[in-house]
Parts: sequence; structure tokens; C-alpha cells
Amino acid sequence: MSSELLSQLPPVAPASGAGSAAWILVALPALGAAVLFLGGRRTDRWGHLLGTATVLLSFVYGVVLFFSALALPGEERVRDLPLYEWFASGSLSVEFGLRLDPLSLTFVLLITGVGSLIHIYSVGYMAHDENRRKFFAMLNLFVASMLVLVLGNGFLTLYLGWEGVGLASYLLIGFYVQRPLAASAAKKAFLMNRVGDVGLALAIFILFAQLGTTQYTEVFARIGELSPGAVTAVALLLLLGACGKSGQFPLQAWLPDAMEGPTPVSALIHAATMVTAGVYLVARSHPIYDLTPTGQLVVTIVGAVTLLIGAIVGCAYDDIKKVLAYSTVSQIGYMMLAVGLGPIGYAAGLAHLLTHGFFKAGLFLGAGSVMHGMADETDMRRFGGLWRHMPITFATFTLGYLALIGFPFLSGFYSKDLIIEAALGGSPVRGWLLGGAALLAAGLTSFYMTRLMLMTFFGPERWRSLTPRSAPWDPSLESEAAPQHPEPGHGSPEHYHPHESPPSMTVPMIVLAIGSVGAGAFLVIGERLGGWLEPSIGPVREVEEAVIPTGLVPGIASVLMLLGAGIAYLTVGRRPVPVERPQRVSLPVRAARADLYANTINEKAIARPGIWLSRALVYVDNRGVDGAVNGTAALLGGASGRARRTQTGFVRSYALTMLGGSLVLVAALLAVALP
Amino acid sequence: MQGSAGLTAYVPLIVMFVLAGGFALFSVTAAPYIGPRRYNRAKLDTYECGIEPSPQPVVGGGRVPVAYYLTAMLFILFDIEMVFLYPFVINIDALGLFGLVEIVLFIGTVAFAYAYVWRRGGLDWT
Amino acid sequence: MGSQSFSDALGVDYGALAPLLIVLGGACVSVLLEAVLPRVRRRSVQLVFSLAVVVVALAAVIIRATSGAGDVVVLAGSLSVDAPGLFLWGTLLALAVPSVLMLADRSVEPGGVFVADPEALAEAQERVGAGSLRSTSSGLPSGTGTDTHGVVGRRGGAGPEPTTPPEMHTEIFPFVLFALGGMLAFSAANDLLTMFVALEVLSLPLYLLCGLARRRRLLSQEAAVKYFLLGAFASAFFLYGVALLYGYAGSVRLADIAASAAGPLRSDALLFAGLALLVVGLMFKASVGPFHTWTPDVYQGAPTPVTAFMAACTKVAAFGAILRVFTVAFGTTALEWRGVLWAVAIASMVIGTVLGITQTDLKRMVAYSSVAHAGFILIGCLAITPAGLSGTLFYLLAYGFTTIAILGLVSLVRSGDGEAGHLSGYAGLAQRSPVVAAALSFCLLALAGVPLTSGFTAKFAVFSAGLADGMAPLVIVGLVCSAIAAFFYLRVIVLMYFSDPAPDGPTVSLPGPMTTVAITLGVAVTLLLGVLPTAALEWAGAGTFLG
Repeated sequence: MSSELLSQLPPVAPASGAGSAAWILVALPALGAAVLFLGGRRTDRWGHLLGTATVLLSFVYGVVLFFSALALPGEERVRDLPLYEWFASGSLSVEFGLRLDPLSLTFVLLITGVGSLIHIYSVGYMAHDENRRKFFAMLNLFVASMLVLVLGNGFLTLYLGWEGVGLASYLLIGFYVQRPLAASAAKKAFLMNRVGDVGLALAIFILFAQLGTTQYTEVFARIGELSPGAVTAVALLLLLGACGKSGQFPLQAWLPDAMEGPTPVSALIHAATMVTAGVYLVARSHPIYDLTPTGQLVVTIVGAVTLLIGAIVGCAYDDIKKVLAYSTVSQIGYMMLAVGLGPIGYAAGLAHLLTHGFFKAGLFLGAGSVMHGMADETDMRRFGGLWRHMPITFATFTLGYLALIGFPFLSGFYSKDLIIEAALGGSPVRGWLLGGAALLAAGLTSFYMTRLMLMTFFGPERWRSLTPRSAPWDPSLESEAAPQHPEPGHGSPEHYHPHESPPSMTVPMIVLAIGSVGAGAFLVIGERLGGWLEPSIGPVREVEEAVIPTGLVPGIASVLMLLGAGIAYLTVGRRPVPVERPQRVSLPVRAARADLYANTINEKAIARPGIWLSRALVYVDNRGVDGAVNGTAALLGGASGRARRTQTGFVRSYALTMLGGSLVLVAALLAVALP
Repeated sequence: MQGSAGLTAYVPLIVMFVLAGGFALFSVTAAPYIGPRRYNRAKLDTYECGIEPSPQPVVGGGRVPVAYYLTAMLFILFDIEMVFLYPFVINIDALGLFGLVEIVLFIGTVAFAYAYVWRRGGLDWT
Repeated sequence: MGSQSFSDALGVDYGALAPLLIVLGGACVSVLLEAVLPRVRRRSVQLVFSLAVVVVALAAVIIRATSGAGDVVVLAGSLSVDAPGLFLWGTLLALAVPSVLMLADRSVEPGGVFVADPEALAEAQERVGAGSLRSTSSGLPSGTGTDTHGVVGRRGGAGPEPTTPPEMHTEIFPFVLFALGGMLAFSAANDLLTMFVALEVLSLPLYLLCGLARRRRLLSQEAAVKYFLLGAFASAFFLYGVALLYGYAGSVRLADIAASAAGPLRSDALLFAGLALLVVGLMFKASVGPFHTWTPDVYQGAPTPVTAFMAACTKVAAFGAILRVFTVAFGTTALEWRGVLWAVAIASMVIGTVLGITQTDLKRMVAYSSVAHAGFILIGCLAITPAGLSGTLFYLLAYGFTTIAILGLVSLVRSGDGEAGHLSGYAGLAQRSPVVAAALSFCLLALAGVPLTSGFTAKFAVFSAGLADGMAPLVIVGLVCSAIAAFFYLRVIVLMYFSDPAPDGPTVSLPGPMTTVAITLGVAVTLLLGVLPTAALEWAGAGTFLG
């Protein structure tokens, strides 16, 4: 089995020609970030232009590389560009280099392409923000890190980019630092990502300890030398890393909160690129996953569970960005499910990743445009009838919406159907469960997106009777007085004045809308994408023995899509939408509003014990063992003693702690040594 | 040297400890009972080895002159250093030139410290 | 006896010993200089002399290491000059250069960070004495915190404020040289008695240095007393351990202990009780939890350059000794005792990480971070393999330079009454001084172990060695802890870049050339060891301990 699979690995050629300078791709945005960070206020006036220019140039160079790769015969398209030996000593040997192959080049085009559009959009969106330069510096840092992530030719290089995008994401989520919600969202994202990072780091350490290398070429060639258990462990740990970065179950809770960041960030990082890094990781490591059916099964289960969770919770939210965020969680679940299915799903997952990059980025930019015109309001209950006031936004948003719900012949239709078809394959039980989940979620997607469209763009203009709150809407703050943190530059007038956004914002939306319409057909028909990616991920395999004939799948999916939209129309479109959120709702709705209790579980299972641990340690450390024994009363006795005491502890307590530690150590060593 | 066999060598030492401790204990407990008891003011006063007992008069802030401790400590330091000269003198023939060089180095190092203390006023009483 | 024969009889290899002799001899000469030089010239001469001593000793180490001379045991087996020992010596001396520069700096704190020299103080007071009327009239309002040159907390407290602050004590230079000499001997000691003497030689000057801060005198003195008392306590443990091990092996030489342990006659109680007590003494110096209790108080109270010197050099010396003891004396019995020390490493990592999160003072945070890092380094020490050895040595080098740079940067951020240690003082630092904020961020990222910094390479080396030696649980804890610890490093970065500075917030001093050189050196090495670590890793892995 393994030898057959390993023989499929394509030969790796050294890069030459245009490819030999591929480091420029990374260097340009990195340079932009460095200039903007170190240049300080001097760069305030032209910083955003520099930031945009570097990414645009990277994109142009990426296109050049893409066409130069297309000119090569298929078996020469996987190329390595060693840059330098990072460290080498004795058993350690790590090379720093780039891998140029169809997979990485596809991501390069996605990252720099969507990245350029979002940079352009941000020029308008952030025009009034006094921290615009910092924002562009961090966006550039993100693009550079993301390019390192996908271009690296080894797991360690990938890890470098992985940490970099995590850092940039953390900083950007907390960009509006004066908002407590943004700060806590950034913290949550950071901590959950770190859980995933630990998994990735452990996987890398295991590979390194077992094989002595982390370069893709050698790792994939020699992965068969590992015991099956070790391969499965590596696969599951890599999956943990992927779950953290991609907001997959059980680490999905941070992604919706991350919407506290500026909307272009939500579009670029938390919809189109960074959150797909997990899918990239699994696809890139496919030689590892191909060897471990258990690992693949876990990936598909994670994907299926996540796509359902995302779709269910998405139905319950009233915050336009949160709905889109849960939709992202759900769609990445689709991709994860696909890449977990093995060779029959890789191309489908990646196709969905690309089309999703277009339409979800477009939807987020549309949401940003709506917020821009509506004094940063995100609560859909306060929208309504906006299609008349922002026609371009409405048109592009609608195209993105249709693509997402899989309207026939638009992008999502092709890529999602491929995944559903692949999921229906395999054994009957598995096919029914996975395929059923994918089909059900398709219907739910249609429901919540139609609900979003109806509440935002149609119906009565509910905002006419309301005054802007200029605070992002959040259920936890609704009962209390919502603190006022106006987004810098966006004033809070007496009434809403919805208006169309400037061209720097609408042009990227139009471009993305065109992509939403055409990308699916272009990529999927004739297996263009599958053929192009073949050197990286192996040939596409046809689905065998599906539980539902593949020919029927588009029809069934379309029916479910129409059903979802119809129910949404009946329940939302034909009734008045109350401005205040109804509190008397059924149990499932309550559960969905509470993110299916994901936060509660995290809080109870992880956060609380952590807080207890730190409290206990602080107590013991400050007071020493002596304090823990005697209680604090004796310690605090004597006001003069307290005043003179400038530090927290008595030296006798410290000595007692040390003595305690020593006694335990002596006792333990004696106990171990003397049987 | 190992195990319980090695420990028997310590038995005389332990006996010595017991004897010494017993003597001290005996002296302290027996003295009040068998000694004469004639108290006077000087006997009841605090004993502070030569300097005036604290608390001192208000003049000087009730503090003990630090120079006293400094001199005493310097004495002890140099005194202990000089102790090393005894074994050298006793074995001077056996140690030969090597011993001589070593002791000159040693005295030189102590002299450095002495020069420092002297020059920086460590020996001035005021 | 001719001179040739008695040096042969002792086996004195002066080439091998040269760095140690240079530093200790230099320390003695430095005491003499203190005695003979007039006060006004003391500081400059002492500074140049100390730097020269350190640089010459470093050159001697490099010459020795590149000469191809083999590993030797010198002075009747009491010191072992081997490849890892030379790396430790090189690390210590290289770290001493920025430390000495920072200690001597007068630009950040006028007059220097140390308490004023009594003679200089008397002169300064005499100078101002005539104008005492002026100073008493302005004395009250100037004491409210607006003065930046006052000798806050000086004994008596009522002295008039001199216009130029009096010069600091110059005795700190011989102190540092003696401490450095002790560290060199400590990391090369081949028997436990030499190790103990070296431990005391390195400790005593450090106790004194801790108590000599010019500002916040009480805090500094309290720290010194705590450090001294607990240090004495730890020394007693160490000595007791030595006694038990002597009772076990009949020798204090590390190799003899290993030989006895390999023999058939074993009294495990003596051996392992001795090991435990010995380890307590060593862990105390290396601030490994739960023997770390002194670390936060002392790091906070000591003058920042002293903190830098301690945090970097003491850690190197102590872990050098730990490595040597574990490898040479207890390598043969490692399987029996290692499990217990796993618990110590885990405790240290967890304590340092969890408590680091709750800190609000940057120096205390660095202290807890050093406790966590001590746990990481211990992983490398417990992997008694060549990879573990080289990884640990590399880690010590990398960590030392990063810490020195961080503490140097911390000393620049000042409010009215000295350093602004509290985290709130760092809000918006990037707007006041982008360069300082960028350098500090870089170093904090290095502590967090982000790739392309020395911290990543070091962690990678140590963790992969640990994993290869079958310590997967330890490595997992280490990874989790470094993941959590990254949070409190990043918090400072966010504070510096995204918060608005408080209007009455601290100012950033412009460092003089010496502190600038020290910080630049620290940052440059941190970057270099992250990007091009190969040479250092190769040197760290050049050889093994010689028993």
C-alpha cells in the first residue's frame, strides 16, 4: 500500500528561471511591513499606498510564476528553491527554502490576489482611521507570513509562517484596542490558536525525532518508515493544528469572536486565506494522511461536525458579521471533510477553498460596505430595505449569496457538489452520515443566508425610526448600557444615512463578484484545477459506489437549497422583523444562540480550572507554604510591619517553601531508588 | 568506608559528642544549685563585650559605632588567614620551593586586601 | 625541586587555566587599583581594566578552543577544561562584556545605578554646603517626585540635593570580576568541594551587588538580605549533599562518584539523598521552581544591570554545573533518578508560566519567565545525550543575550522616581520611542520562541533532544507552557503598540554609548542565533564532558 502510494510522489526539481527569485514574493510585503513599522509617523501619508503596492507587485510576480509553471510539462512543475541552510549541526539539519508547485502557486495567487483587492478596499474603508498606517503594516506582515506558510518547503518553514499569521491575526483582531470586546476576542483567538500550535509543534517534533528532518521531500519519501501508530499520531496532531487555525471543532469558538477586528481583516484573514491554512496543511501532508485511514476518518468527522455546527448556529445570529463568520466555519468544515476523504476529495476541497475565497471575501466586503453606510451597525434587525440605497453593494452581495448557497451554475454550485458527491462515497453507513450531513448543511446554508438577505436588503426600512448606537451590537451588552466606542472616523449622527461606498471599496467588490460567478465553472468543468494540481496532490480519483447516484446530487442539492430559501422566506420575509430580539424562543434556538454551548464548555472545562490553578499558585508563591498553613491573619498582623514590607513575601516563608520542596525531592528520590 | 561497617569508625566520635554535651548540660544545670549567690549591680547588667550597653544616650541617635564591628571583622578575617601559615611552617621542608611560592602568593593576595582596607580608611577609628 | 618539575607534578596546564587565572588575577589587581588610584580617576581606569580583563580572558578561551588542544583535567583533578567547559567559559565571558558595560553606565541614571561613593558624596555635599540655604528652601517641593536626580532613600534622607549627582561606588568592578571568576570555576569544577568554593566565590559578590541600588534603597537592601539568607540556606543543602556523597563514594570527585555507583556495592540511600540535596543547592542558583522563591524579589530589587548580570551569567554557570554533575557523576544512574527530576522540570515550567501571567511589573515578569525557561533548559539537561548537551549549551547562550538586552531596555523606560517597572508604564511606548519598542518586542518574541529568533532555535534544539531521549511528556508540557507564556510576552507588545500613552507616563532615556552597545549586542546576537545558528550549534556540540 505504502510503496504504491509513495511511488506516486513526483520528482522534485530545483527551481530555475523566474522561479529562482521566488523569494521576492515574500520579501515585498515583508519589506512593506518593516518600512511601515519602523518608519513611524513619517510614513503616515503614503504608508497605505506602499502597503498596497507591495502586495500588488507580489501578485503580478505570482502571475508570472504561474504562467512559467504552466509552460512546464506536468512532471517538472514541482520545484524546490533552497535559500540557505537554516541550522545544521550534528543531528540537526534544517533548510530554509521555498517549494514552488501547483498547490503553493494556487495559494500564492489566492493570497496576493484577494489580498490586493482587500488592500485597495481598505484604503477607502480605513481612510479616517488615525492608525491606518499600523493597519497596513500588519496586513503586509500577514501577507508575508501567509506566503511563507504556503511556500515553505518544510514543516519548520511552514511553522514560521504559521506563527507569523497567528501573530498578525491576534494583533488585527485586537486592532480597536479600546474596545474590551476586541481585546477579549483577540485573547480568545490567541489561546485557542495556541492549543492548535502545540499540536502542530508536537507533530513536527515527532517527525524530526523519528526521521531527522522536516523537509517535505524527505519526510514524504520516508514517512513509510514510521510505525502506523506514529503516523496516526502525527496525522492527528497536524489535524489539531489545522483545527486551531481553521476554526474547526472543537476549537471553532474563536472565529466568530474574531469579527471584532476591522471588516477587511475579517474578509482577508478570517474568511479567504488564513483560516484555510488548516485545509492547506492537510492537503500538503496528504502522503501522511494517505497512510492512516484512522487519521482520515477523524478529519472527515471533524469536518462534518463543524459544518453542521456552523450552519445551525448561523441560523440564530442577528449580527451580520457573525452569521458570515459561522458560515465560514461551516464552509471550511466542507473543505476539511473533502480533504479528509483522500484522493477523491483533495481537488474538490481545494476547489471549494478557492471559490469560497472569492465569494466569502466578497460577502464580507459587502457587509463592511453596509456597515460603512450604516454607522458601523451590525445588527440585522436594525437594517431593512437597503437595496434601494446601496445598489452596487446589493448587486455584488447577491451574487456572492447565490454562489454561497449553491445556486446552479454559480461558483458554489460546482465546488460544493463535488464535495457532497465525494462524501456520499465509501461504505453505506459512512456515506449516508457524511453525505447526509453535507446535504443537510447545504439546506441550512440556504436558510440562514436567505434570512440574512431578507433582513438586510428587503422588507421595511426599520432603521428610519432608530438612532445609531455606533457600537457593535452584542447580545451580552444589550441589557446593560452599551459602552460607546465609536470606530475612529465614523461619526455617530442622529439618524442613519445609508449611502453607497466610494469606488475604492466597490471596485474590489465587483471584481470578487465576478469571481464568485465564474470561478467554479472555470475550475471544475473539465477538471482544470484537478489536472493542474495533480503533481502536488496526486491524480483525482472517481467516486465509487456512492449511496446516491452522483448524477442525482446536483438536483437534490438544488431542491434542498430551494427548500431552505423558501422556509426562510415564509418565516422571515413574510412576517415583520422585531427590532428587539425576541427572548421567548424555543430550546433549539436558545442553544444555537449560545453557540451550541461551546463557550460554556470551554469556560467550565478549561478556563475555570486554569484560573483556579493560577490562583492557588499565586497564593502559595506569595505566602509560601507557611502562609498556606497559618492563614493570612498572622501574616497581616502589625501595620508597621506591613508598611515596611515592600515586597510580597517573608524570607522565612520562602525558606519554608524551599525546605518543603527539598523534603519532597529527597523523599521522592529515596522512594524511587529504594524499592 | 561503605555501609554499616564504615559507621563503626564513628563510634568514638559519637561517644565524644555525648560526653561533651553531657558535661555542658551538667555544668549549666548544676551551677545554680551549688554555686554561691551574691548579686550586685554590675553583675546584673547586660554584658556586651567591652562597649557600652545599649540603649545609648540620645547623643549619637542611640546607635553603636559601626567602626567597632568593622575592626573586629577585619581582625577575624586576617587572623584566620594567618592560621594558614602554621601548617606551612611545620611542613616547610617537605613543601620546598613549591610551598614557598604558594605562601608568597597567598600573603600577596591578603596584602592586596590589606592595602585596600588601609587606603580606603577601613582602619581609621573616627 | 625545579620549577619545571613541580608544575609537572601538579599537572598545571597554564594554557588551559589562563582564562580563569586572568579573571581572578584581574580581580585582585582591581582591588589594588581601588586602593591606590585617586577617586576621580578610579571609575574610568576600573572600567577599562575590567573590560580588558574580560576581553583578554575571552581571547584566551577562543585561542584555547581553536588551538586543537585536547580536553584536560588540571590542578590535581579539581578543574576540568573540556569542550563544553570552554563553551560555557566563552558564553560567560561574552555575556560579561555587555554586563560590565551596563554596570558602568552613567547616562541612564546620572552618576550610575549604584549607591554613591561616600567620599564623592561628602565632596558633593561640601560643594553644595555653602548654598544649603537654597537647597533647604527648595527641598520640600522637590521631594514630591518631580526630581529626577535625587538620591531617593539615601540614609538620613535629609541631605541637600547636589547639582551633579555624586559618583557611584567603584568597588562593583572587583565584585563583578570575582563573581565572574567564581562562575568560571563553578562551571568547570570537577569535584564537589571545588564546586562549593566556586559557588561561594560567585555568590558573595552578587549578594553585595544586589543591595547597592542608588534608588529605592529599601527594596534593594531587602532583596540583598533575602538573597543572602536563602543563598546561605541553599549552600547548606549543597554542602550536606556533598557530605553524603563523600560518605557514599569516599571521594568528592565527580568521576569517582560515577565509578562507585557503577560498582556492585551500593548504598542507594546515601547516593540518592546526596543527589537530592546537591540538586537543591544547584537548582536554587539556577532559579528552578520550586527553589525559585528568591528570584522575583531579587530581580525586582537589584539594580537592573546587576539583574541582567545575574539572570544571564548565574544561569549559565549554574546550568553548566548541573550539566556536569548530571553527566559525569550521575550519568550511569540516570534511569533511576530522572523520573523525579521530571517533576521538578514540570513544576518549574508550570510555576513560571502561570505566575508570569499574573505579574504587573516587567522585571518580575522576566523573573518568572526565567523560572519557566529554567524548566525548559532542565529538559535539555535531563537528556543525557550529546544532543541534549549541545542544545542546553546553545540555549544558555541564546537566553543570556536576550535577557541582557531586555533588561537593558527596561532600564531606559523611566518615570520620576527611577525605572517604570509597572506594565502600565509601557502603554504606548511605540509612540514615544519606536526603536526601543521594536527592540523590546523582538526580544520578547525571542523569549516566546518565535521562529527566526534565537529563542526558537534554542527551544527546538532542547525539545527535540528531549523527545529523542524519550521524554515526550516533558516536551508536551514544555510546548504547552511556552504556548501559554507567549501570551504574557505578547501582552506587553500589544500594550506598547496599541495603547495610548498616559500623559504623565514614563519617559524613555536616551542611552549612552555603553548601554547602547550592550543592548545592540544582545539584540544582534538574538537575531544572529535565530537566523544563522549553525556555527554556534556546531561549537556547542563540539565535545563532551571530561570526567
